[in-house]
Amino acid sequence: MATGTPARAPIKWQVARLVERRVETATAQTLVLEVPDWPGHLPGQHVDVRLTAPDGYQAARSYSIAGPAVDGPGGPRIEVTVQRVPDGEVSPYLIDVFGAGDPVEVRGPLGGWFIWRSEDTAPVQLVAGGSGIVPLMAMIRARRAVGSKVPFRLIYSVRTAQDVIYADELRRRGRDDFGLDVAYVYTREAPDGWRGEPHRVGLADVNTHGWPPDLEPLTYVCGPTGFVEAVADLLVGLGHASRRIRTERFGPTG
Amino acid sequence: MGIVSPGFSGRPRTQEPALPPGQYLTEDFPVLSAGPTPRVSLDTWEFVISAENGTEYRWSWQELMALPQETPMVDIHCVTHWSKLGTTWQGVSLDTLLDGVDTGAHFALAHSYGGYTTNLPLDDLRGGRAWVAHTFDGAPLPAEHGGPARLLVPHLYFWKSAKWVRGIRLKTMDEPGFWETAGYHDYGDPWREQRYQGD
Repeated sequence: MATGTPARAPIKWQVARLVERRVETATAQTLVLEVPDWPGHLPGQHVDVRLTAPDGYQAARSYSIAGPAVDGPGGPRIEVTVQRVPDGEVSPYLIDVFGAGDPVEVRGPLGGWFIWRSEDTAPVQLVAGGSGIVPLMAMIRARRAVGSKVPFRLIYSVRTAQDVIYADELRRRGRDDFGLDVAYVYTREAPDGWRGEPHRVGLADVNTHGWPPDLEPLTYVCGPTGFVEAVADLLVGLGHASRRIRTERFGPTG
Repeated sequence: MGIVSPGFSGRPRTQEPALPPGQYLTEDFPVLSAGPTPRVSLDTWEFVISAENGTEYRWSWQELMALPQETPMVDIHCVTHWSKLGTTWQGVSLDTLLDGVDTGAHFALAHSYGGYTTNLPLDDLRGGRAWVAHTFDGAPLPAEHGGPARLLVPHLYFWKSAKWVRGIRLKTMDEPGFWETAGYHDYGDPWREQRYQGD
């Protein structure tokens, strides 16, 4: 079938173990997994996580990887941040049951489009809705890790200040990482000191906190479907070229 | 069978229908696209089959609607692990569109408004297994799901069912499309779990 494509080795399932868990918000946790044969990845890529029940039943889901892999005593470690899906099958297990040292199967890295390459010098604008911050945070962390000076702007839409994932680190990086600007849009309840009323991301937010189209930024939008549709339409309306807007949408599906 | 995850039992599944391996059922209709949703006017919409010898076969929206319509009810399977059963569509069979197209090609590259592409063996577009679909669940196909018209090839992972489809290039040599170039499988059979290159 693949006469035009070189054969590639399959990406194998491998056993990872939970080595650390961090509570991010009331509904989101970061899981640090030790993956001995992890080949490395680019910011924005994801990993498939597979659970197996004693009767052989399996359930797999894709999770964005939250940052660069780091070395650990038992091999490389990767982080995923899991948002609890009400009535979900996999996320409640990973948040409530999955314990330190427990094994899980992972497969990756996956996805070759929603990625940022640090050798690309174009300004970057990131627009996150809720847990859509995860792959975008991987880009922010990778930028820091390689010492990139590419200017980044992040617009992060959340319901309330309590729903901000990576809140402390974003505050720190917004202060210390030269060339990274972080702006928040609150949709339900704004914290004291924030100017304006709660609202969804609109033209004014993108105009004020994003890059103008004539700078030809690379844009990454990640969040729930309706959010991504609305933001991508705004950006196209402002004159950003569709081919420079990369999107990743997630729906309410377990 | 993989390693057992301690304490994992999964959803109750006494009535679980047969699904391809690694898939789970969803009732809603997730949207997965690589970029903004193109908005295509029906006045300028067209569908073009270009044969390997350069001949082009064109249909306007009115001409597509005047062709014999079919109403497939099919299961669909997304590479991101969700499956949706018994979806109802209306559209024109690729058999109808390819009827009268003079070709010896074995491969097809579907291309879309917005620049998306995906490759399929031409045989997979024949035999009542593929449509240009414009109606979903009795209503015009919404733009975020590929409206005004998308390819519908339900026996392959759904990324092969190109949204906002604009035409098909018939080719003597296979040419990987957008996701196939980005690490996904060339063919994408859900029942053989052909998700990524090398599967």
